[in-house]
Amino acid sequence: MSVIAQAPLEKATIRKAARFGSFARFMRYVVTRLATLFVTVVIGIYLTIMIANMGGYVDQIIRGEIRDRITNLIALNQAYQQMDPDTRRALIQEKIALEEKRQGLDTPIAIRNFRYLSNALQLNLGRAINMTSDSGSKQVRLIILERLPATLLLMGISQLFLFFSSVFIALSLSRHYGNFWDKLVIALSPSSSVPPWFYGIFLILIFASAFKVLPFGGMVDSPPPSNTFDYSMSLLKHLALPCASLILSSFFLSVYNYRTFFLVYSSEDYVDMAKAKGLPSRDVERTYILRPTLPSIITNFSLLIISLWTGALFTETIFLWPGLGRTLFQAIGLYDIPIIVGSTIIYAYMLAITVFLLDFVYALVDPRVKIGQ
Amino acid sequence: MNTFRSAIQKLTLYPSAIAGLFAIFLLVAVAIYTMITIPYSEAIHLWRGGEEVWYQNPRFAAPAWINYLSTKKYSESFSVNTTDGSMIKTVTPGSDGVTTYDISYEFDYQYDYFPQEMLLYMNSNFKTKQPFVSIELVTPDNRTIRIGNFTFSDNFTYRFSQDEKLLAKLRAPEVIPALFTMPDSEKPLKGKYRLLVTGTTFEPDSDISVEFVSHGQVFGLAGTDHARRDLMLPLLWGTPVALAFGLIASMGTATLTMVISAVGAWYSGWLDELIQRITEVNLVLPFYAILIMIGTFYSRSIWVILGAAILLSIFTNSIKGYRAVFLQVKESMYIEAARAYGANNSRIIFLYLIPRMIPLLIPSLVQSIPAFVFLEASLAVIGLGDPVLPTWGKIIQDANSNGALYKGYYYWVLEPATLLMITGLAFAVLGFALDRVFNPRLRDA
Repeated sequence: MSVIAQAPLEKATIRKAARFGSFARFMRYVVTRLATLFVTVVIGIYLTIMIANMGGYVDQIIRGEIRDRITNLIALNQAYQQMDPDTRRALIQEKIALEEKRQGLDTPIAIRNFRYLSNALQLNLGRAINMTSDSGSKQVRLIILERLPATLLLMGISQLFLFFSSVFIALSLSRHYGNFWDKLVIALSPSSSVPPWFYGIFLILIFASAFKVLPFGGMVDSPPPSNTFDYSMSLLKHLALPCASLILSSFFLSVYNYRTFFLVYSSEDYVDMAKAKGLPSRDVERTYILRPTLPSIITNFSLLIISLWTGALFTETIFLWPGLGRTLFQAIGLYDIPIIVGSTIIYAYMLAITVFLLDFVYALVDPRVKIGQ
Repeated sequence: MNTFRSAIQKLTLYPSAIAGLFAIFLLVAVAIYTMITIPYSEAIHLWRGGEEVWYQNPRFAAPAWINYLSTKKYSESFSVNTTDGSMIKTVTPGSDGVTTYDISYEFDYQYDYFPQEMLLYMNSNFKTKQPFVSIELVTPDNRTIRIGNFTFSDNFTYRFSQDEKLLAKLRAPEVIPALFTMPDSEKPLKGKYRLLVTGTTFEPDSDISVEFVSHGQVFGLAGTDHARRDLMLPLLWGTPVALAFGLIASMGTATLTMVISAVGAWYSGWLDELIQRITEVNLVLPFYAILIMIGTFYSRSIWVILGAAILLSIFTNSIKGYRAVFLQVKESMYIEAARAYGANNSRIIFLYLIPRMIPLLIPSLVQSIPAFVFLEASLAVIGLGDPVLPTWGKIIQDANSNGALYKGYYYWVLEPATLLMITGLAFAVLGFALDRVFNPRLRDA
């Protein structure tokens, strides 16, 4: 009796222990993975802060600007005209010291870097030094949030279009490879060695300068149209060229890569087997080709999502598109470290989160992958 | 070596690769020619030169060959002077130290658009008595237009279009169109014009030299920019710069990546772990933002940017790819054999591990060249180009900041853009073909 009774009990404990063991392993994996990613992000951001501060060089520039501004301000102020020079000089010194303290220039750079770092890691992005948002705020968070929709619009439309169109076109090309379109894509794939802004210049030349059908740059007409329909039409008109140049510059290579990738997978034996069984080609494609390629496609898609957040620095600059990429460029030009650091943090966090989540997504879509092993 | 020979043979099967190779040879030839004919210091001097170097050239002039494409002809620029004999000067000595000079230049005017400006630069040496000149223009229909009479001191510049007196005399809205048309006509009068400068000096040792410059609508093979600079200079000099930047950056990146990943894979342990972690940190760093920061804060020198670009490009995903292959190669029999006969670590890494990867390395190296060539151009276009060197990117930036596309100076953008495009595509196409030759798995697919 005991033997019979004991057997299931033993099994249950073993199963429980196994489950507990795998859970512990899972948790250990999650914790170490999170820790390494966090350390990576911290080091990455600290390096950016260090480069952005340039060992105190930027401080000198900012100090000089403060000195200039305050001296001017006091010199021009009627109320201080009667003051004797010594008192005025003292006043200027005092105001400069105050302003330097406000911007945190009175603390040594190493400490300041760590303060930046800890604030940055807490997503406490602080205040910009020179730049303001269009609504007049100096909060880095607000400046970034204000530019975000423009970038998301531009990058979202172009990258999502690029992704879906290239996956679908690649699938159909891989189905009958070697035909005219396939050869055309292969022949045109080196065109992706040219960056998007370069196509941008050509597109501006053709459509804006020669034919005068589309605007040179910007996001909406000036003044912005008041009703929603006209506004969106104007937006679309301004979107056309930057979107086209972003798509054009990676379209053929992207199609070519996916096509080669699908071809490699469709030459597997199990695909031949499925075809031999007489399965309809649609089923073969879905369950035998697309399924195993899913992890790579998801990786690409998630990297694409990250790229939405960074914007296209050069393309936005050429098209005067008021997005994050151009903001970053302007911030560097104005020595506005909080904004540079702010946009790096967002990128770093997004990347880390994506990398972390990808492990789980892989485990979900690919039964061969087990987390923590 | 046989594999390489057969690889090159296979390469000839790709017409695109042949075209790419041909373009690369051509670019290298241009680069060598440029470096020999225009030495570096002279190129810098010319590129940074102002009016004193380029005064003979018009501003914003399109290249002269557009006349072949257009039915209406643009006037070409020219400059002649008495010193090298391109202007005919006859000297007639008179009594009391008075000397008369007859300086003439005949030019064929067959254009539909008028020159931007015509100038006379006159020089003379004298002690007290200033020389005197009178200028006349003889038109094809034998009218003689008196331009003016002046006494002048040294270094005298006469601008035709700025002469108010002449304008009043011609009774026209602008001087230069009025000189090249029949009275009461809009159309330019084509034919041979003759510029006559009659000068008189009043001292025995005096002499007059004249330079006649016409700033046309078109200039030379490449045109000019806003600072009158001949675009041929940056177009030519951009070639060695672009090639050097692309080649050094891609070779530096490729070899360093390879060596580092080989060392990591061979020694494994903490070193390998460290390389992996550095790669992950580097992925977090914003590549372009850091390069722009270095350009803005530190130095805009192309070589500093080059170094930074190499450093940032070493620890990328490709290091992981190489590492995976090295880990496989590490287990192979010949490595074990090498270990057995007592080969040391560096011998194994550099003589046994790395050579195995060269077929994989070459295509990716060639394919990464365009990215670096365009990186230089990208940075230049947003205003972070090298302040000293003439490069293709700098031309595009100058054009862009002077509104070339807006104002229709297309040649200014198209010339450097075409060269960049040719360079980029040549390497891309070659790399693509190399990839298919060295990694035949892709070829059938």
